[in-house]
Amino acid sequence: MTRERLYGWGRTAPSISEVLSPTSEDMVAQELAHATSVIARGLGRSYGDAAQLSGGLVLTNRSLGGIGSIAPDGVVIVGAGVSIDELLAITIPLGWFMPVTPGTRQVTIGGAVAADVHGKNHHRDGSLGDHVLEMRLVTPTGTFNVSPTMDPQLFWATIGGMGLTGVVTTVTLRLLKIQTDKVLVDTTRYSHLDDVMAAMIASDDDYRYSVAWVDCMTKGASMGRAILTRAEHATRRDITGDSLVAPKSAHLRVPFNAPRGLLNPVTIRTFNEIWFRRAPKRREGEEQSLGAFFHPLDGVSDWNRLYGRRGFVQHQFAVGDAQSETVVRAIERLSSSGVPSFLAVLKRFGPANHGVLSFPIPGWTLALDLPIGPLALPGVLDDLDEMVIEAGGRVYLAKDSRLNPEAVRVMYPRLPEFLDIKNRIDPQHKLASDLARRLHLVGK
Amino acid sequence: MENAFGQPQSVVVLGGSSDIARAITKKLCAARAHTIILAGRNQELLDEAAREALDYGASKTDTVIFDAEDVTSASAAVAKAFDKAGDHVDLVIMAVGLLGNQLRDQSDVAAATRMMNVNFTWPVAALTEVRNRLVAQSSGRILVFSSVGAVRVRGSAYLYGGAKAGLDRLCQGMADSLIGTGVSLQLVRPGVVRTKMTEGLSEVPFTTGVNEVAQNVLKGLASGDQVIWSPPMLKYAFAILRHLPAPVWRKVVDR
Repeated sequence: MTRERLYGWGRTAPSISEVLSPTSEDMVAQELAHATSVIARGLGRSYGDAAQLSGGLVLTNRSLGGIGSIAPDGVVIVGAGVSIDELLAITIPLGWFMPVTPGTRQVTIGGAVAADVHGKNHHRDGSLGDHVLEMRLVTPTGTFNVSPTMDPQLFWATIGGMGLTGVVTTVTLRLLKIQTDKVLVDTTRYSHLDDVMAAMIASDDDYRYSVAWVDCMTKGASMGRAILTRAEHATRRDITGDSLVAPKSAHLRVPFNAPRGLLNPVTIRTFNEIWFRRAPKRREGEEQSLGAFFHPLDGVSDWNRLYGRRGFVQHQFAVGDAQSETVVRAIERLSSSGVPSFLAVLKRFGPANHGVLSFPIPGWTLALDLPIGPLALPGVLDDLDEMVIEAGGRVYLAKDSRLNPEAVRVMYPRLPEFLDIKNRIDPQHKLASDLARRLHLVGK
Repeated sequence: MENAFGQPQSVVVLGGSSDIARAITKKLCAARAHTIILAGRNQELLDEAAREALDYGASKTDTVIFDAEDVTSASAAVAKAFDKAGDHVDLVIMAVGLLGNQLRDQSDVAAATRMMNVNFTWPVAALTEVRNRLVAQSSGRILVFSSVGAVRVRGSAYLYGGAKAGLDRLCQGMADSLIGTGVSLQLVRPGVVRTKMTEGLSEVPFTTGVNEVAQNVLKGLASGDQVIWSPPMLKYAFAILRHLPAPVWRKVVDR
């Protein structure tokens, strides 16, 4: 056991915890029995304080490995500590891909389940929880197999439950069959937010994958200019060659924290400008590797250090289809505040699953990267919370580092149900995290 | 828990009825603070400050009475405040202080001792208890009110300035001792502030209102600067003033 200073990917609000890496399910159960407060941690890619616990015990899941053989229908049992990167290195050569992948491969399967991660195909395929068949879950009151039919309550509380229902040790999920390691990408550039949103509503359903990058720093006529990329897996008929090679690991790294102020309105505006101009007005059927399309930032490890010592917050909210006006107003609020933000990610969500605290709701989601520093930023984000609540939407807990507990209660109306289930398997309220304490998710 | 912007949820204020402490408390409540425990010597003023905290968004307030002239009361006062706060304290503000009356106090042994007790010994005793408790929870911040008067002690206020200088230097060491514990300590060095404590004093350059101090303190909590100057300009002014030859220093400050 070591004492470590832990923080999330945004490098804000660090805290000190005891850290231990159990190597077996029994060991996890023992630790849960003895600890007074405990949370699981994967690769630390949640942005805020979800996987740290000041003064408590943090169980890293990286020694809970193992990948079973892949059944003909794509079903595989995976240790919760296996990263998507490690899993894909095995499965892609065999013609199988993750049914859902977030923007980085550097997350563990356990962490991905806890955040119920989504990808560019949510409008078609839902989030990761929709592809999980079964899990082993160690709780303070016992170890259970949970699935949509075995203790579905506990299963759906664990999907998106931020690790607060116990420690997942193995996950059974169904992979997606692929024929090649390429996707065919259609790219279109839009100079207005309204146009790109209209295009996404009209034709996202024609593509498995779709995402738009929006520039939140331009004002006036070009406010919310965007690049829309949409793609399908390439079949053997589409392209010459049928290679199945897993993405390579990062070859660039950021060796130290960037000086304060490297990312300021001027540099970010310049970056956004280059990014926008580099994209073609329209291009169809471009061949891209899986890594380049799904995990563009994985090429540079520790890229979060570019934000400097003070770190950054990522802010992601979702609102219903009828509330597309909220997306426009949020981007207006940001661009008028002068708070610098990198290209924002806009995407459409399909139907929600049964996850009690799962984030996606059908409609729109917008994600923003915002460096810590501008004095106006906390207030601007509080304003966005108000807009989102008014629109019946919510903020993603896996990215949060600054919400207030009252807002969370409104955004996640099923929270009382979650706390009831948590109370059943954790009557002594051992399962906690800094995030859970901050947002009052521990239970009383 | 404190969030990514350094906004605390649970706050203990020692010296909670002072004008500066109240201005800070209000701003903290407007952000994320929901639990405010105010400790001080005057119940009426503490109750008033507690009502104000509720108006500004706190959901739970409580008060603790202590007498800073009694240095043996420090540990119990801190213990009571932490108990009332509940399970986790994010921020402790040490705003206990007494300006005194230099001309009267400097010839009176009991008064000089009282100045040391209130401005130095009681705060150090209390901070020792605070340190133990925050280190045990592996997180939290301590904000200690020093003064620009502590940077270079003036002849015309050496009791107050000297006691604050002791507290200031001690806290610099305490801040270093906390590295790696998850707890941090920040010093605030305000210039002269218009409050009930300074009523009737002639205004010197860089005199500010309490809201300006509170604003600078909140900025400092967000940035994590080890020393928070208010107004920030004083940092540069004192970079020069502290090194002036003594005869010049005396001319400048004790006109």
